[in-house]
Amino acid sequence: MKILVPVKRVPDPTQKAKVKDGHIDLTGAPWIVNTFDEYAVETALRLLENGAENARLPGSEIIVVSLGPDDAAKEVRTCLAMGADRAIHVVTSDAEIDSLVVVKVLSAIVAAEKPDVVIMGKQAVDGDANQVGQMLAAKLGWPQATFAATIELAADKASFTVGREVDGGVEYKKVPLHSVITVDLRIVAPRAVKNGVTPESHNYSGEGARLPSLKGIMAAKKKPMVQTKLADYGAAAAPAIKELSVALPPPRAAGQIVPDIATLVKKLAEEAKVL
Amino acid sequence: MGNVLAFCEFTGAQLRSSALANLSFARLAAAAHGGEVIALLVGAGAAAAGPEAAKYAPKVVVVDAPSLAHYLAETFAPVVAEVARAQGASLISATATAIGKDLAPRVAGLLDAGMASDISKLAGKDTFVRPVLAGNAYSTVQVSTPIIVVTPRQSEFEAAAPLGSAGTVTTAAPGNVDALGAEFIRLDAQKSDRPELSDAKVVVSGGRGMKNGENFKVLEQLADLLGAAMGASRAATDAGMVPADWQVGQTGKIVAPNLYFAVAISGAIQHLAGMKGSKTIVAINKNKDEPIFQVADYGVVQEWEKAVPELISEIKKLKASR
Ligand SMILES: Cc1cc2nc3c(=O)[nH]c(=O)nc-3n(C[C@H](O)[C@H](O)[C@H](O)COP(=O)(O)OP(=O)(O)OC[C@H]3O[C@@H](n4cnc5c(N)ncnc54)[C@H](O)[C@@H]3O)c2cc1C
Ligand SMILES: Nc1ncnc2c1ncn2[C@@H]1O[C@H](COP(=O)(O)O)[C@@H](O)[C@H]1O
Repeated sequence: MKILVPVKRVPDPTQKAKVKDGHIDLTGAPWIVNTFDEYAVETALRLLENGAENARLPGSEIIVVSLGPDDAAKEVRTCLAMGADRAIHVVTSDAEIDSLVVVKVLSAIVAAEKPDVVIMGKQAVDGDANQVGQMLAAKLGWPQATFAATIELAADKASFTVGREVDGGVEYKKVPLHSVITVDLRIVAPRAVKNGVTPESHNYSGEGARLPSLKGIMAAKKKPMVQTKLADYGAAAAPAIKELSVALPPPRAAGQIVPDIATLVKKLAEEAKVL
Repeated sequence: MGNVLAFCEFTGAQLRSSALANLSFARLAAAAHGGEVIALLVGAGAAAAGPEAAKYAPKVVVVDAPSLAHYLAETFAPVVAEVARAQGASLISATATAIGKDLAPRVAGLLDAGMASDISKLAGKDTFVRPVLAGNAYSTVQVSTPIIVVTPRQSEFEAAAPLGSAGTVTTAAPGNVDALGAEFIRLDAQKSDRPELSDAKVVVSGGRGMKNGENFKVLEQLADLLGAAMGASRAATDAGMVPADWQVGQTGKIVAPNLYFAVAISGAIQHLAGMKGSKTIVAINKNKDEPIFQVADYGVVQEWEKAVPELISEIKKLKASR
């Protein structure tokens, strides 16, 4: 099975947001692989390996694709170090692209690479758009299973049953091969991904995506990464969505620590008038 | 000039609260677009909710067919796109619910429409304000495609009030319904008699410090006393203490109640992203240095084992005294 995983690099979300000249100031920002995309790489690996034997299944391939500036190559390399096999880095600046441009490029890459399935994050944690997976599925005319918390590959390897966290419960949806699956946080839980090969008794750590091993980091240096540009896919640097400005939200008025519960209830009733 | 197509979710003959928020957004947008609000109801049995929707929108389009029995993005998105074309819509909106977030970008993909997700404000015909970076910043974006798709945040728009006179209801055929091989298998529903988390006036949330699901019972007592919805941090939902759909935060529900209790929650930015808009925030935590106290209006530095039972009895006392 061949899996395509689109990944985006994002500024480390634990850093405080700064605004300069009406836009987010990213000078000197530390960058990471978007958490959900890291989870998507983890998901692809779990689908294509025997976890208990720590071995990849024959005939399996994971390709990561990223649109981003030159130095995003570092985050792409991290995905290779985790275990992806090769990478396509479409070199562009973040100002030149929006969801529609990303989707145009990704759909051209899907047409050329013919993966069996696309697995990706549900959202990039910088823009928080939560759009690209669904738009890509629409463009390809493929089914979609968004917000996957569990994935089970069918015995005949021709479909996936995806557990989706929706309002009011968990929905189970079956999608055939040639679908787009976007993953949610709980996909990295110990038994969230079932591929029919890794024994049921095998427990993944559940602490998130795997960290690249030293061996993985060494191997990644030799894995193929091709650099391409928007024009190679007939895409232009013409985003339809323009950011006019960014502002930080007004800080909340300072609160107070109250000494005991009796005081709290009194204040909630008389001062805040919410009881 | 163009109309605003508002995709509305319903249960039986009733519109969901998320739909009412969408309709109030759609009224603002229709004024900016110089067009009309058209409410769209899709699904098997949608016709039943037509009269209710007509109380809120001058025009209602119903697409009701047995083949649309379960929501699937694959079958619903082409219906929305087709109605949008037929009705001359320049803006399509769907509240940012689990369905709205799954459906709206697929509709945008079908129409080559630019999309603004999770918007908190309409700033002009094609200009919207939306949170980015887990709500740590607000971005004003302009979308330049002929048709625009948006998902308004329920917590940012009031429920629409009924119109003076009811609108008209028309039906449209679903066209060729093709799920592209996708299948709805089942919904493992979480039944609850409590209000919906997304529009509750009071929310009681617990975190990892609650230690296990059994301990949440005391929070549920507090919630029931206040008519509140239950929420939780990711650490609590991940640990299986409580259902996943209780999660509040960047990747869970966004809530903005009048009163939010954060009990044994540290206040990670991803959690704050989901509740910072609450009017009054109360934090109960044993560690005074936790970031939750920086957003709390009232903080109590205590163990929940002591604080919550006391809170319940004090509120009961207060209620009895009224
Ligand atoms: C991409 C991404 C998305 C995320 N999305 C979300 C999200 O949507 N929502 C979310 O909540 N998190 C989210 N998280 C996780 C988030 O970063 C935190 O890990 C999580 O919110 C922590 O939950 P917590 O506060 O319950 O646990 P902890 O941080 O472990 O805090 C537990 C708290 O309990 C207190 N405590 C312990 N015992 C007691 C006691 N007896 N009495 C009183 N207090 C006690 C402790 O002092 C501590 O403050 C996300 C993370 C990532 C990476
Ligand atoms: N620049 C990009 N390069 C590659 N993949 C991307 C890019 N932007 C978004 N994606 C993918 O689309 C998903 C959803 O992103 P978004 O719709 O921007 O929130 C991400 O988790 C990635 O998998």
